[in-house]
Amino acid sequence: MNESVSLIFDSVLQMLGGIGMTFQLMFVSGILGLLLAIILLLMRISGKWYLNWPAQAYIYVFRGTPILVQIFIIYYGLPQFEFIRDSIFWPILREGYGCAIVGLILNSGAYVSEILRGGVIGVNPGLGEAGSALGLSARQRFIHITAPIAARLALPAYSNEIISLMKSTALASTITVMDMTGIARTIVAETYAPYEIFISLAIIYMILTFFIQKSFGRIENFLGRYTKQLEI
Amino acid sequence: MNKIKPFIQMQNVEKFFGQFQALKNINLEVQKGERIVVCGPSGSGKSTLIRCINRLESHNSGHIIIDGTELTDQMENIDAVRSEVGMVFQSFNLFPHMTILKNLMLAQRLVRKTPKEEAKKIAMHYLERVKIPEQADKYPIHLSGGQQQRVAIARALCMKPAVMLFDEPTSALDPEMINEVLEVMTDLAKEGMTMICVTHEMGFARSVADRVIFMDQGEIVEQATPEEFFDSPKSNRLKLFMQQILTH
Repeated sequence: MNESVSLIFDSVLQMLGGIGMTFQLMFVSGILGLLLAIILLLMRISGKWYLNWPAQAYIYVFRGTPILVQIFIIYYGLPQFEFIRDSIFWPILREGYGCAIVGLILNSGAYVSEILRGGVIGVNPGLGEAGSALGLSARQRFIHITAPIAARLALPAYSNEIISLMKSTALASTITVMDMTGIARTIVAETYAPYEIFISLAIIYMILTFFIQKSFGRIENFLGRYTKQLEI
Repeated sequence: MNKIKPFIQMQNVEKFFGQFQALKNINLEVQKGERIVVCGPSGSGKSTLIRCINRLESHNSGHIIIDGTELTDQMENIDAVRSEVGMVFQSFNLFPHMTILKNLMLAQRLVRKTPKEEAKKIAMHYLERVKIPEQADKYPIHLSGGQQQRVAIARALCMKPAVMLFDEPTSALDPEMINEVLEVMTDLAKEGMTMICVTHEMGFARSVADRVIFMDQGEIVEQATPEEFFDSPKSNRLKLFMQQILTH
């Protein structure tokens, strides 16, 4: 018993060495994924078929295939093409780390854009009319009225997606990235103690999830301050 | 009267929603300073009529000319017209994520490019006119319906419009709040604001309107001074409508 306690203690310390990598994967792909999602959203709501259709097709493809398969295609498949090896993207795509981030961005962008679209659809159309009646242009209405309200409406679903993204970073370990899961797998291979190691790993992810939930709760409170009645 | 060019001219205006014809051959002229009340059963096209005036709906044929500018698909014309036409909605449509003050400043800043301090002064001036300056820093949800509608009126006035459109401004209000909104509207009328009000407040129509228009099934059936309108309606459709709204 004592032995497994010290094994868990040691391996948790080792796994936490990969937490920086997990955070990197999460934040970089979270932020760039959000940018991609906003571009896709604007294409979807542009009202122009030649923007809307490609965005829809993109979303369909990336939501319709497993993220692990996407990561494999990027990591194992793309280097077969010489023009990719010759392109400026090669330094990124040569490494597992780069491929994992690209895969997470492309995937998360597709999901988040639909989440944002849900928020936009939820905004009372009367507010846009009120903006029009005051003489605001379509762009001004979107920036000052639709977007801030849509962001508030989309937040609960978005926090869900970020939690999901955080856990998806574990897939990077399948293409040589040494994040927490990558380290855990190495330890298991050395110690043959899968229960202790993977359960400890699962608990670390749960703790991270807890903090993400709390942070989004705070953001929701802040962005939603106008929806609350005053306390008397 | 003939010499003055009408401020709003609608000529043979028709509007379809799919197969449904919402407006049939509408001809209407409104002079500067005129106060007009439009009434009629629901689905008669009254809201569509005033929504066409600031192009929240686009008409399918005919001409709408506001102060010499014809409403076409050209955005510059639409923007020019909208900045002269204020509108108040049945459901207030205040921007929920902005304080009352910000609601009043937004379009001044973005459309009129008014400097911040100036915009704030104008906003406070109109909040005082609708008698709720103390609510400036609250969010719309913290105000009663009547207060929200007064803010909506103030918001439109901040743009110094030449004409105000009211689309059933009291229909979503609790009965005890209707009067505070009507009072603000009556004050506006007394100051000579050009107004077109879609409303069922017949007391307001009688005391404030220069002309009352009755619409039914997309047509203007009858228009007359309030005295004529209420005391000696001509068409059977208006007589029937009067009976229906006055019996309860």
